[in-house]
Amino acid sequence: MAKYIIKRVIMAILTILVVACVTFVLMRSVPGSPWNSEKAMTEQQIATLNERYGYDKPLPIQLLTYLKNALQGDLGVSLKMQKDRPVTEIITTMFPLSAKIGVVALVWAVLVGVPLGCLAAYNRGKWVDSLLRVVCTLGISMPGFVIANFLLIGLTGQDSLFGLKAIFDASQGAKAYFMPCVALGLYPMCYVARLTRSSMLDSINQEYIKTARAKGLKTGKIIFKHALRNALIPVITYLGPLVAFTLCGGFVVESVFSIPGLGRYFVQSISNRDYPIIMGTTIFLASFVVVMNLVVDILYRVVDPRIDLTKGGV
Amino acid sequence: MSEQNNNQDRRLLEVRDLRVSFFTPAGEVKAVGGISYDLNYDEVMGIVGESGSGKSVEAYSIIGLLQSPGKVIGGSITFEGQDVLAFSKEEMTSFRGSRVAMIFQNPMTCLNPVYTIGNQLVEALKAHDKSISMEGAKKRAMEMLELVGINNVAQRMRQYPHELSGGMRQRVMIAMGLICHPKLLIADEPTTALDVTIQAQILELMKELQKKTHMGIIFITHNLGVVAEICDKVCVMYAGRMVEQGPVNDIFYRPGHPYTVGLLRSMPRVDAESYERLIPIEGTPVDMLNPPEGCPFAPRCEHAMKICLKKMPPYVELGEGHRSACWLRVEEQKNGRPFGPGSAPERQGEDGGSNG
Repeated sequence: MAKYIIKRVIMAILTILVVACVTFVLMRSVPGSPWNSEKAMTEQQIATLNERYGYDKPLPIQLLTYLKNALQGDLGVSLKMQKDRPVTEIITTMFPLSAKIGVVALVWAVLVGVPLGCLAAYNRGKWVDSLLRVVCTLGISMPGFVIANFLLIGLTGQDSLFGLKAIFDASQGAKAYFMPCVALGLYPMCYVARLTRSSMLDSINQEYIKTARAKGLKTGKIIFKHALRNALIPVITYLGPLVAFTLCGGFVVESVFSIPGLGRYFVQSISNRDYPIIMGTTIFLASFVVVMNLVVDILYRVVDPRIDLTKGGV
Repeated sequence: MSEQNNNQDRRLLEVRDLRVSFFTPAGEVKAVGGISYDLNYDEVMGIVGESGSGKSVEAYSIIGLLQSPGKVIGGSITFEGQDVLAFSKEEMTSFRGSRVAMIFQNPMTCLNPVYTIGNQLVEALKAHDKSISMEGAKKRAMEMLELVGINNVAQRMRQYPHELSGGMRQRVMIAMGLICHPKLLIADEPTTALDVTIQAQILELMKELQKKTHMGIIFITHNLGVVAEICDKVCVMYAGRMVEQGPVNDIFYRPGHPYTVGLLRSMPRVDAESYERLIPIEGTPVDMLNPPEGCPFAPRCEHAMKICLKKMPPYVELGEGHRSACWLRVEEQKNGRPFGPGSAPERQGEDGGSNG
């Protein structure tokens, strides 16, 4: 097991390194620069700025310098959006808000999606199943901004029922989080429900379910104890990376509701060519995904004792 | 009179004219078309037949495990004087596992791979005995494992099914089935997936346990060797009908139905001469969607008469508890003399012929 963990950690570091290098090269090969703005700058000003942030050196040297600093936990400073503020500080202040919305969205998505999937599988072919399938297909095929805008139009405004505001206002408390969480969680919920349904259909036809029935267990126990645990692997596989992406903020939802979260900021940093922020958030997201994949592999083992991680997992 | 009373007391299960149909898009499939039998405590009954003859469906309807679109459409099942078919859903759930248990064909897939042996045993017990403590349940589970001949029980309790061999898993299935002291055990081809030495061990174990617990066993199989080994009486099923029923010795030595004769002939024998070939039953099983009129076996029967293709034969008593549904036997009774095969031991006659 120790050997396995060491192997995984080395792999993780390599993955992140590759992601960092590729992002760096791609980012710098895109035309434009952080110094472009409405106010035109003189050659002299640009040269001074380039020298100050080290952009006058050759690209490989810049990359090496960046990686060296990054290994020491220094991700540089913002060039433009929040001038000279350290990127690590920006991430640590913005991530919690995105993560809060992401966690709530995912929790409701799983808590609703999994039981709905079970319900549909148990009532396969009946009207409950058909209804859920229609709803889930709708939820998956509708783009996020459509759902978010529906919510905005339907639930906000002067005479709205719940006093919800269109623009995110953290001082409103739980109310403020309601719509973003619904909008962000809808897609994963539908997806999880569909995944659960299809893998439950497989597991409720297994022989051990017949055994469980023959033992005289109640239906609830058969479904949730015996069938569900065997059906969880695909759901966990899907949820792993999704946790990372959702917690780092959904760009669409954060944009529609004007939430000052990491997801929106990340996209803004790209259009602003704020290089250190692009690099910082990408590395942060990549590390998160890598960690989540490790968590997923460990969860496989927890869910199914037959899986031997040292032999390559699932 | 007192003997009859005694018989009534010993009666565990009465099945009368049970009919089960599957309502498929292609039409109604009469999987079980009216079968009747009795089973006493302490008795092992074999149900023999080829695949699709309805033997498993018949057993599933006793324990209420018929899956949609299967449905019991007629007849009665009386278990210790209670009408099983009238049970509510809750009554059926508590009936299953506590008074009647079932073990299945493939022990490799019948245990849930993600829970320990202990967990699954304890769960079976707790489903029917809410008051038992965790420690009590574990102790009882370990006793059961010891009873079915498993060693190192404390360690086995913590193991997962994939860490056990096939024979071991079938022992666990038996322990799980018997943990609540059921009166009836339905074994659906429990030895089919095991190799022959393990088969013999499992059969030995079942016989031994039955002696201890006095339960009744319904043993579903297509292996006549297994039947000879363990059963007291036998039902032979063909195309959802019971074509012959009787004590095990009668079935083997005085078979009364050409299908039973065919089954016996197609069974390998240790004492056979080396040149002797197995004789298969010609033809294929009936299409259950469009069963033929008359005796379902008639199209494959070498002794079929005109009437066989037109009318289902009635049951004819051939001896104590031995009956068969075949027009040959009806004719025989009418004429008072042997008619066609089955009345004399078929094999011996043939052997005689080839020798002479």
